[in-house]
Amino acid sequence: MRAALSDLPIHLEGVSVHSRGVTILDRVTLRIEAGPPTVLIGPNGSGKTSLLRTAMGVDRPTQGRVTWGGLEGAPPIRRSIVLQRPAMLRRTVAANLSYALRVARIPHRAARIDELLAMVGLAGLNKRPARRLSGGEQQRLALARALARDPAVLFLDEPTASLDPASTKAIEDIIRAIAASGIKIVMSTHDLGEARRLAGEIILLHRGRVVEHANAVQLLNSPATAEARAFLAGELLV
Amino acid sequence: MHSDVSALELVLTADSALLAIVRLSLAVSLSAVAVSAVIGIPFGAFVALNRFPGREALIVLLNALMGLPPVVAGLVLYLLLSRSGPLGSWGLLFTPTAMIIAQTILVTPIFAALTRQTIEDLWREYRDELTAMNVGPFGRVATLIWDGRFSLVVTLLAGFGRAAAEVGAIIIVGGNINGYTRTMTTAIALETSKGDLPLAMGLGAVLITIVIAVNALAWLARRAGERIAG
Repeated sequence: MRAALSDLPIHLEGVSVHSRGVTILDRVTLRIEAGPPTVLIGPNGSGKTSLLRTAMGVDRPTQGRVTWGGLEGAPPIRRSIVLQRPAMLRRTVAANLSYALRVARIPHRAARIDELLAMVGLAGLNKRPARRLSGGEQQRLALARALARDPAVLFLDEPTASLDPASTKAIEDIIRAIAASGIKIVMSTHDLGEARRLAGEIILLHRGRVVEHANAVQLLNSPATAEARAFLAGELLV
Repeated sequence: MHSDVSALELVLTADSALLAIVRLSLAVSLSAVAVSAVIGIPFGAFVALNRFPGREALIVLLNALMGLPPVVAGLVLYLLLSRSGPLGSWGLLFTPTAMIIAQTILVTPIFAALTRQTIEDLWREYRDELTAMNVGPFGRVATLIWDGRFSLVVTLLAGFGRAAAEVGAIIIVGGNINGYTRTMTTAIALETSKGDLPLAMGLGAVLITIVIAVNALAWLARRAGERIAG
C-alpha cells in the first residue's frame, strides 16, 4: 500500500531556530534514518517540539537547512505530523478524514475511512462531530488523519501528554502497530517510561542542542554524557 | 387604535401596493447582500491570511466603514451617478440598481471586517494543521470559509439587517418613486410625514416580521448545522 520511503533520510544541518530573541534550536545537526521509532526526550523547553516542527517543515529554520530524501524544500507529501494539541476541523469524524484524503489527492472511499477509524479504535464514530470527542479520541482521530495521508514518516509531538493511562496504552499500541507496518515514527515525549517502551533510538535535547543521539538501550543503560546521566537519574537540568 | 386596525387590514388583505413595496425592498436588500457577500467575504479572508504593507490601516478602515453613515454614502453615490457626475452616462440614478449599489457600499465593509476577524481567529487554530497538510492558498480560504460558516451566517444576518433597515442612502439615490424605487423604509418615512400612519405601520410590521423570520431561520439552520458538524 505504501510507496518507497522517499522522505528519508531526514537531515538537519546546522539548524537553528530563534524566536523573539530566544534561541530555541542551536545548530542542530542530525540524521534520521528508516528503522524503529526515534524518540526525542529532554526537559520542558529543550526544543523537542520545535525540532519536530522544523523536521516536518511546519516551521522554517532561522539558520541551516533541512533535507528530506536529499531534497531541500520538499513538500510534505509523504510525511505527516500529529501536533501536541491537534486542531479538529469543525466537521464530522468522517469528514475530517475525507478532508485529509482529498488534500493528499488520495481517492477516498467510505471503506478507507472505516479502515482508518478501525485502526485507531474509533470504528462507528463516523458521524460524530470531531470537536465533541474526548481528548483521547481526538488524539486518535488526529492519528487517523495523519495516517490517511499514507505517510512514510510520521511525527508525533507528545502524543500521550495529558491522557489517562488507558488512553496512553491505546495510543502506544497504535504507535507500535504503525511502526511495525514500516512507517518511520519520530516522536517526542517527556515520559522516560514511554521512551523505554517505544524507542529504537533516542535523541536527548537540552537548551536546543543535541546532547546525545544513540540506540535506545545504549542511551538508557549507559549514557555517555553527564547531562544524560543527570536527566535519566531524574535530576533537574537547568 | 384606528391606525393599528387599518395597518392589520392592509397586511391581512395582502394590499397590492404594500406587496409591491415589500417585493422591491426584498429584491434590493437581498441583491445587495449577495453582491456584498461575493466581494466582502473573499476580501476579508484575503486580509486575514496575508501580510502586506498597510494591512493594519486597512483593518482600521474596514472596521470604521462598518459605521459609515448611510446619508454620506448616498450623497457620494448621488454625486457620482448624477447627470453631471463621472458615472452620469450610465443613467442609474433613481433606479433600483442605484439602490442596490448604495446598500452594497454599506454592507460590504461589514462582511469584509467581520469575515476578516472570523477567518483570522480560525486561521490561528488551523494554521499548523493546514500547513502540515500542504494545503494551498485557495484551499486554505475555502476550508476556513467552510469551517467558519456558522459564524459567517451571523455576518450575513448583520449585513441583511443593515440593508433592510437602511433608508438614508436609498432615498437619496432611489428618489422614493412610487411603484419603482419605493421600499418599505422609504415608504414608512414618506407616509409618516404625510400622516398616513396605517400604511406606515403596516409596512413597519412587515419589515420587523421579515427581519425576525430571517434571523429565526438562520438560527435554526446554525443550530442544526452545529449539531451535525460540531
